[in-house]
Amino acid sequence: MIAVVDYQAGNLASAMKAITAVADDAVVTGDPDVVCRADRIILPGVGHFAATRRLDETGLTPAIKLAIARGTPFLGICVGMQWLLEGSEEAPEQPGLGHFPGRCRRFPSGGDTQFPLESAKVPHVGWNAITTRSEPTRLLAGIGEPAMVYFTHSYFVPAYGTPIPGPGAEGLYDPTAATCRYIETFAAALEHEHVMGVQFHPEMSGAAGLTVLRNFVSWRC
Amino acid sequence: MLARRIIACLDVDAGRVVKGVQFADLVDAGDPAALAARHADAGADEIVLLDITATHEGRGTLLDTVRRTAAKLFIPFTVGGGIRSGDETTAVFDAGADKVSINSAALADPSLIEQIGRRFGAQAVIVAIDARRGSGRPEQAEVYVHGGRRLAGRKALEWAREAEARGAGEILLTSMDADGTRAGFDCELTAAVSHAVQIPVIASGGAGTAQHFAEVFTRGHADAALAASIFHFGVSDARALKQQLDRDGVPVRLPC
Repeated sequence: MIAVVDYQAGNLASAMKAITAVADDAVVTGDPDVVCRADRIILPGVGHFAATRRLDETGLTPAIKLAIARGTPFLGICVGMQWLLEGSEEAPEQPGLGHFPGRCRRFPSGGDTQFPLESAKVPHVGWNAITTRSEPTRLLAGIGEPAMVYFTHSYFVPAYGTPIPGPGAEGLYDPTAATCRYIETFAAALEHEHVMGVQFHPEMSGAAGLTVLRNFVSWRC
Repeated sequence: MLARRIIACLDVDAGRVVKGVQFADLVDAGDPAALAARHADAGADEIVLLDITATHEGRGTLLDTVRRTAAKLFIPFTVGGGIRSGDETTAVFDAGADKVSINSAALADPSLIEQIGRRFGAQAVIVAIDARRGSGRPEQAEVYVHGGRRLAGRKALEWAREAEARGAGEILLTSMDADGTRAGFDCELTAAVSHAVQIPVIASGGAGTAQHFAEVFTRGHADAALAASIFHFGVSDARALKQQLDRDGVPVRLPC
């Protein structure tokens, strides 16, 4: 069973429509027990980082933490991916899960660039090309290169660029699975072991998006 | 580079497409779900479904139409036309829409923008502005409501700024002067609004050729352009349009 986590933030119907197109065992739930028992977890997210406080208030944060520790595959979408970090400039008082180090930042307001056709508006809205890392990524396998996917966000996960120390005895690693260039280079996708996130919206990214969701729902540890 | 978006618009009355893009080989050219899927396949970046139904019975049909259209659509899907309240908005999102477009209702009660934004995120709210300036400067463009029949008593640039401040995610700007002329978008007005706000501006009204799209993306600083009847006249579909724009150096998402 795939638990699609409902934390009363925004529109789940659109994401569910895409998930049910590739899987027949997805359920929308806000129940920590159901999340704990799930074979995989998807945390969608549209809206404000502060809305993730509901995860803390309803006991979902410890449930997700426990599930991840036990090896349950996890996919965060948009704010759901940003939540994997320690926090965000969007709501400095609200901690994230802290599974990956660092904080989300806001795009600097750019206005016009020197090139008339290169937008620097904030938010970043629309289809943009992503560059997949050279090491294998199971989440992004088969999406095509260069793939174009649909973004809508003002805050971003900075691309790590250099490997970071892993938890415990693990060596250095870089969770950046794909980057995108818009004003800055940011992480379009994260993947390390069974914990993944996408800044773009697979449910609105056409065939490439459905491939990402299919890769996740067929994930075997 | 961020692609300029081509958005296909379907005008729907009581569940049937009444205007907009037609495909000669579709058995049922009036079915919104079939047409939306076809546009997505042809490379449209988004679909807008505009409900022009005036009757109460027709509004019930709308949700069913949205549900059927959304079911097989995996690109951004906007629903607009006659949405007046937070509850109506919720029903449209529950039926599978990604964004709503509001126009007269936002002018009547601007706090509706904030209500929807708080609940569903700013990215989900498009404020549609119908503007006319005649021979005046873009700053003088007036906003019209109720399908362009009545003056709203607001200037387009000022209303666009307020909509942004209240949390709109995008502006859909229709030039009533250009609409239906097929003589090109109002690039001056589009550029003025695009510079007045930080959020994306979708240009609408006046498209006749691929060149018009290139112009509204360069001179008009539009982030996206809405196409409806252009596909009747010379340009067969979004694929052909984008191939031409690509040759003109406009960044677009080319369909596979």
